[in-house]
Amino acid sequence: MSRILFFMRQPLVVAFVLIALLLYLGQTLSPGFASGGQVLRLLIVASLLGIVAAGQNVVILGGREGIDLSVGGVVSLSAIIAGNVMNGADSGIVPAILACLAAGAFFGLLNGLGVTLLRIPPLVMTLGMLGVLQGLLVVIRMGIPSGRAAPGLSGFVTQPLAAGIPGIIWLWIMIGVLMAFMLHRTVFGHRIYAIGSNEHAAYMAGVPVRLMRIALFMTSGMFAAIAGLCLLGYAGSSFANVGEQYTLASIIAVVFGGTSLAGGKGGYTGTMAGAILLVILQSILTTVNIDESGRQMVFGATLLLLMMFYGRGRAMRA
Amino acid sequence: MAEITITPRTRAGGMRKLLERYPFLPALVIVVALLLLNGFFSPNSLSYRSLTGLLSTYMALVLLAIAQTYVIYAGDIDLSAGAILSLVNVAIVVLMERWGGGAGAVLLALALGLLLGLACGLLNGIVVAALRLQAIVATFATSIFFTGFALYILPVAGTPAPALFWRTYGGRLLGVPFVFYILAGLVVLLLVLSRTRLVTQLLAVGDDQQAAFQSGLPVVPIRIKGYLLSGLFSALAAFCITGDTASGDPLVGGKMTLYSVAAVVLGGSALSGGWGTVVGSLLGALTIGLINSVVFFMGTPSEWQNFVQGLAILVVLMAGVLAGRRARA
Repeated sequence: MSRILFFMRQPLVVAFVLIALLLYLGQTLSPGFASGGQVLRLLIVASLLGIVAAGQNVVILGGREGIDLSVGGVVSLSAIIAGNVMNGADSGIVPAILACLAAGAFFGLLNGLGVTLLRIPPLVMTLGMLGVLQGLLVVIRMGIPSGRAAPGLSGFVTQPLAAGIPGIIWLWIMIGVLMAFMLHRTVFGHRIYAIGSNEHAAYMAGVPVRLMRIALFMTSGMFAAIAGLCLLGYAGSSFANVGEQYTLASIIAVVFGGTSLAGGKGGYTGTMAGAILLVILQSILTTVNIDESGRQMVFGATLLLLMMFYGRGRAMRA
Repeated sequence: MAEITITPRTRAGGMRKLLERYPFLPALVIVVALLLLNGFFSPNSLSYRSLTGLLSTYMALVLLAIAQTYVIYAGDIDLSAGAILSLVNVAIVVLMERWGGGAGAVLLALALGLLLGLACGLLNGIVVAALRLQAIVATFATSIFFTGFALYILPVAGTPAPALFWRTYGGRLLGVPFVFYILAGLVVLLLVLSRTRLVTQLLAVGDDQQAAFQSGLPVVPIRIKGYLLSGLFSALAAFCITGDTASGDPLVGGKMTLYSVAAVVLGGSALSGGWGTVVGSLLGALTIGLINSVVFFMGTPSEWQNFVQGLAILVVLMAGVLAGRRARA
């Protein structure tokens, strides 16, 4: 019995039970909600969020109040860069991927340097970087058109690639497998948990803490850049601040996945479930026929309710 | 010999002592420097009239930064402060309009606005301190809820505030601009608050929650009170933004939340809690306002303004963190 209770309290289990319940609720409210095509569409949207959340996840796992508020800005920037580099031509896809990854890595590097060398708290550093990125977006937007996605990229994101499933979902599954392998089977992954649970002990044990932290922020920037690229493929062309919503949504997906904001505890599989959960919830709210105001109130209240299942802090004890 | 070796040490110690006693000094230096820069690029901007205008525009951000400061004292954060501001803004505008816009209506609406702010703060306090949800995500969730409520009260921006209200806010009383009375009242309020036990308790909880609990402090009620203060000052900030914009807008505060956090950091307070000053946050908010104004008066091309502002804020944020650490060391 206690084993079942333990099982039921695993964040992953909670997330999947909630996902099943929400799908059922959606199907009851609007028949066809849980149909194959609709679920695939939900998964495409979830994969965009999930890819951003992968980077957010490693930064948070790395601890010391690790958080990346600049991901939304990087997503928007990457969508613009990609749109302009490829500008509707398939031949431009590879250069676009390289350009986006470079931009993501660059801003991640700046975040990492500020956090490690100057010891600025990650929240402050990445918040400031978000402001810089938003300013940069305005500059770029004034100078050049937003650009178009190449048909190859749009096809990859929206059309079935293999077994009737779009390429981006395969990509997400691959990222999920790689993240699980990286976190649990490599030295790099073990070191993330090490610096996340006790930075000082990790340092004494010879972990290059600063380099690790810089690498984590660069990883986060590059994942956000990939998501921006895919987002361009999904939308066809980029529009103002297309990535803004991903900042806090990615943090919520990580929390719903059972990763502690204190660092050192959690994993990516749960985050994937968290991203799906968040997207389904939003989707149900758009199918239900209520005002924007009611939708937001229900969304906020539901988020609070769901948080009750996850990572509540421990009660104070003397 | 002895004197020579001692002199530099006492001087360094004096600087540190000064920083310890007035941790907001770096922020003050930045504000003065920005004022001078403003004056350099546009001498007119240092006139009494322009400064009054600057103050009445950024008074809302000053109050919101102060709201944020009290929760950050306790090591928490309030990402819903801007949403509370929007909610109170639309609530008082709609109430004033419905009740006819007379003096009585205005005062009654303001009283209800304060209560609404306190209620939002109470909700935040309960979910963060009593239910022990993580402050960043929990207050983000409540901010979505508050924004929804604001949209329910007023779906689109535009309902005007009664003339009596904004004329008073932007006008003069006995020859002195009204906003200076607000500033004076604020200073008195902050002085009174800084003498209360609550502020010390908030700082104690932020410094070491476990230790505070073990020494007998009621940690949960204290953190809830921090959020109540935050809700109260967010409501006051809403009054100022209503006076400044003279209308209701359900999304007016959305972008201000992150600025309020930035202002607190600029003021030298520690985001991890346990250390900080409200005066620093006040100066931090003014710094953000002055940066925007300097960038404008410098003649920066319009498309570059946001970028330069973002860069300047990032730089002073770093300066704020480094200076704050220096003072605590």
